[in-house]
Amino acid sequence: MESVGSIILYFIVALAMIVFSVLAVTTRKILRAATYLLFTLFAAAVVYFMLDYEFLGAVQIAVYAGGIVVLFVFSILLTSKPGDNRERLTSKSRALGLFAAVAMALMGGWALVSRCANFVAKPAMQAPDMEQIGTALMGTGHGQYLLPFEAVSILLLACIIGGIVVARKR
Amino acid sequence: MEITAIYYLIPALIMFCCGVYGFITRKNMIAILISLELMLNAVDINFAVFNRFLFPEAMEGMFFTLFAIAIAAAETAIAIAIIINIYRAAKNIDVRSLNEMKF
Repeated sequence: MESVGSIILYFIVALAMIVFSVLAVTTRKILRAATYLLFTLFAAAVVYFMLDYEFLGAVQIAVYAGGIVVLFVFSILLTSKPGDNRERLTSKSRALGLFAAVAMALMGGWALVSRCANFVAKPAMQAPDMEQIGTALMGTGHGQYLLPFEAVSILLLACIIGGIVVARKR
Repeated sequence: MEITAIYYLIPALIMFCCGVYGFITRKNMIAILISLELMLNAVDINFAVFNRFLFPEAMEGMFFTLFAIAIAAAETAIAIAIIINIYRAAKNIDVRSLNEMKF
């Protein structure tokens, strides 16, 4: 049984997630869209904290809210003048987008709600501490992730070089 | 009241559908990228929720989410580099008006 406080927190977070993600795709001003995206990412981080994944929530805040959103804001300010970024939607593309989104929501929602009875309450879990996470990241045995860790490091190196090559002045 | 997995999955589903809507209707490339981030985040939440509710003793979903966040960061950086390069060449990042490969 959940405590009353966690239920209230859950409803606040779920409402924030839904409202800000809707606003992020419907607002006309692109800088506001980036701000609403930031709030949505914070709500996702709170969800990770509520699921007892503290490390994941911290990574979400540090990487997404701290890195990616700043990158978005910089590139928005570099590529658009303030004031002229009100894009008009054609009714055709809006109808197409609404159709795709609503169809997907109905299909996914039906698939989830029809299996609603199978979902049980949150089982007890020892929250993974940093020692477990570090061992799993640095080991090569079953359920350990050294190879993807190294692959991600190579990917980041390639990304750094690619970013410099693509964006430098000729 | 019990908060089961579906209480987390439904907001994630709505977030994903918002991403789909934005991806189709937006014209600005950065706005399209923002919609893409929404979709990626919804999927990340699903990984963590299924890991927590179905296999609480394992950490696979958590690590998948970690690596997905790292890859999303790399992808966003490269995409923004490309967008800035396109802006420098065409003075414009509206996808409907970018229909030539060579400027």
